Amino acid sequence: MAKIKPRVKAPKSVAAGEVFTVKTLINHTMESGQRKGKDGNKIPRQILHTFDVTYNGAQVMTATQHGAISANPYVEFQMKVNESGTLTMKWLDDDGSTYETSKDIAVG
Amino acid sequence: MNKIVKTLMAGSILALSLGSAVAADEDADLVVNGDTPITVRTKAPDWHPLDELLSGWVFRASETQALQADDFENPGMPFVDQAAEAWATADGSAGKACADCHNDVESMKGVRAVMPKFNDEKGTMYTLAMYINNCRTERMGAEAWGYTSGTMASMEALIGLQSRGMPMNVAIDGPAKPYWEQGQELYYTRTGQLELSCASCHEENYGNRIRSDHLSQGQINGFPVYRLKNAKLNTIHARFKGCVRDTRAETFKPGGDEFIALEVYVASRANGLSVEGPSVRN
Amino acid sequence: MKLSRRDTLALGGAVATISLLPLRASATTEAATASLKEFTGGADWAEGGVELTAPEIAENGNTVPIAVSAPGAVAIAIVADGNPNPGVAEYAFGELAEPMVATRMRLSGTQGIIAVAKMADGSFKSASRAVKVTIGGCGG
Repeated sequence: MAKIKPRVKAPKSVAAGEVFTVKTLINHTMESGQRKGKDGNKIPRQILHTFDVTYNGAQVMTATQHGAISANPYVEFQMKVNESGTLTMKWLDDDGSTYETSKDIAVG
Repeated sequence: MNKIVKTLMAGSILALSLGSAVAADEDADLVVNGDTPITVRTKAPDWHPLDELLSGWVFRASETQALQADDFENPGMPFVDQAAEAWATADGSAGKACADCHNDVESMKGVRAVMPKFNDEKGTMYTLAMYINNCRTERMGAEAWGYTSGTMASMEALIGLQSRGMPMNVAIDGPAKPYWEQGQELYYTRTGQLELSCASCHEENYGNRIRSDHLSQGQINGFPVYRLKNAKLNTIHARFKGCVRDTRAETFKPGGDEFIALEVYVASRANGLSVEGPSVRN
Repeated sequence: MKLSRRDTLALGGAVATISLLPLRASATTEAATASLKEFTGGADWAEGGVELTAPEIAENGNTVPIAVSAPGAVAIAIVADGNPNPGVAEYAFGELAEPMVATRMRLSGTQGIIAVAKMADGSFKSASRAVKVTIGGCGG
């Protein structure tokens, strides 16, 4: 698979308790397992089945995705924090790979 | 047409349609990332058969339009990131990366806006893909990328991004003239089983629907384009080929003389509209 | 008669939708219901308290932007009642998260999307939207 490049938009600093939006985008074909190849057989499923978000180790949001999630999946969510720290996002691939990126957020 | 009749007609048809309205907002403006205004409608150049030029963006549903307003929502952007990495990575026998000669990719500002351009050194019309492959094969000692490959599309998107917001300004005179004229002839020639020319849809019927697709003016200022249909970046010649095939005609070869000439002509039809960076379309 | 482009745009969209069958937003196939029952552990769900945003007419069934918001929810499940596999995604929210999510999904044809939210007190709320998926262009 071509190089996986997650894109995350999160604020660099926020006020404690202030709700903010995080936008995440990652390139992945999200092969649903429904498509047929040129030989007429179904192309095996290979998707990012889990998208896991933690902040300083605490779970923020976990998404379990199925074949109906579009290619190059976009997930937007909202959250708040009370202390400075690191927002970590992990995508888990059916083939066992993990893609990860993180953003530091300052609370002041 | 009588305004009252028009209103009644529109009203009665809308009433029958279960209250659902067209989701496109043809009057909307596009500002990317809150700071880069994109010219999506403008007066056509004097020589142009149309009066007003409209970017393909104008014809899309509002949900699709929204995808292009934020680089963190635009599904074409991870591919731009891939190309940014390729830009800085050495490839080929010369051990050079694009960056070694061109420094930061910002140095490519203005390049996309004038493509295709006559290459004086080579004595022929050059598209952006040809410039990229020329650098790779002659200066980097690297293999050429497939003309319509994903890698090429990503690099065209990265380079195009540097001209985002700038008006298309393709030369149609001087050494470009013969190519432009050949392209113009191709544009208006009906071909294939359906006997359609580019103009049949994109000049005579833009704004109308072909099945439920909202026909655009067929401008290419937004290329490479992320199409929702195939969930990837698509190049100009790949789209030319697809369009020709869709009209059930024998298609020309991407990278061949005919599509180069057609690209010169079609690109110039958007002169004045902004380069959009990777655009998002159906 | 000569219609301006503006008129054509206004009429064209309406004409396209006349030919589509009306869809009852509450229609749910067996498979979709079974999928949701797995999420709820067999419990029923009540309509209301969940906001589901989806286009009325999808530009392309391959990428349909949707958003779900359910104040007070700890988890949300989304199904599409006409897809070969109805399950679309499930979201579990920790304390720091707001109970909302926006994403993009594939729809194989005109159908209903149903979102079910698990509330903190163990009850379940839902919302559904009908989305028309059309065939476009000269062969796609």
